Amino acid sequence: MTLFKQSMLALAAGTLAAGLLAFVAPGFQADAATDTAVNAAKLQPVSAFAKIKSKNERSVALFQEVGKVIQSPRCMNCHPATERPTQTDRMRPHIPLVVRGEGGVGAAGGLACSTCHHEANFDAANVPGNPKWALAPAEMAWQGKTLGQICVQIKDKQRNGGKDMAALVHHMAEDELVGWGWNPGGNRTPAPGTQKQFGELFKAWADSGAVCPKG
Amino acid sequence: MAAFALKINGQTRQVDVDPNTPLLWAIRDGAGLMGTKYGCGVAQCGACTVYVDGQTVRSCSLPVSAVGNSEVTTIEGLDSKEAKAVQAAWVALDVPQCGYCQSGQIMSATALLNLNPAPTDRDIDLAMNGNICRCATYVRIRAAIHGAAKTLEG
Ligand code: FES
Ligand code: FES
Repeated sequence: MTLFKQSMLALAAGTLAAGLLAFVAPGFQADAATDTAVNAAKLQPVSAFAKIKSKNERSVALFQEVGKVIQSPRCMNCHPATERPTQTDRMRPHIPLVVRGEGGVGAAGGLACSTCHHEANFDAANVPGNPKWALAPAEMAWQGKTLGQICVQIKDKQRNGGKDMAALVHHMAEDELVGWGWNPGGNRTPAPGTQKQFGELFKAWADSGAVCPKG
Repeated sequence: MAAFALKINGQTRQVDVDPNTPLLWAIRDGAGLMGTKYGCGVAQCGACTVYVDGQTVRSCSLPVSAVGNSEVTTIEGLDSKEAKAVQAAWVALDVPQCGYCQSGQIMSATALLNLNPAPTDRDIDLAMNGNICRCATYVRIRAAIHGAAKTLEG
């Protein structure tokens, strides 16, 4: 191949690479501009709820505090109402199109989560990761529901993976993928507070009778 | 910098790169295999698709330090019967325009046929929508996947 041909090919390849980048970059840059690494919302400690004398009211208030985490985009994004997860603080549909598939890890033969998401966050490519990366099952969908509806759903063994209250407390306080919500990497906004605080609030809610907010 | 012995296309390749280097650059700059393309670097275009232990992976999304002993397959090492059927269908339908995205397209199409020998249009869309083509060869890609599936039927 002549040098001229080679350099023309190299030029063409470079231009195309730039073209592909220009094509996908707008969404990526918008994410970078809107996400921040800290979450301004804080969680109150369990002790702050002691002043509520009525046990029922205290329980509801505790779940409302828990709800700050549950209803944060970081958690809602993987509990979508449809088969497609959402992304970013704006909760826009995941790009590219991916679906839950069997086991929540993508369509069989299609784009598996693990095509891009690996064992750990990889900031060089702006891709988050965790060994347990997967979508929540359809029966655990949270998007489009009120906090009261989510609360009833979480307690319902038919829809929570057969978990009793102890297993639920363990899941919220210890689960690795839940924990990723506070360590999302890059410039993604973490869930409010810490997983420890979240686990304590959830346990206090369970201990106070696990009363759900109305509506 | 650190030394990594990568198993690529059945051969062990020594590369000396920063552990955080995306596998894509270890393949291209370290091992000198240029078939795997860089398009976006942020897991959005599919041009860099390879297999790691048989599973499609965007090689820009994986640090070389995470590859370990896994077998990496690039477009240069693709030789399954599905790959041959895909290649023949691609030629028959003249799928590529400029060609830049096509090694990624072929990696994804071959993986799809491996797992699903008779994909529907929706199966194809779900498997291929992460592979962007600036020349918009999508209609031919879909037709060629159906064509390859037919030839694999026997
Ligand atoms: S370069 Fe890896 S997906 Fe675009
Ligand atoms: S053939 Fe040109 S980018 Fe796909």
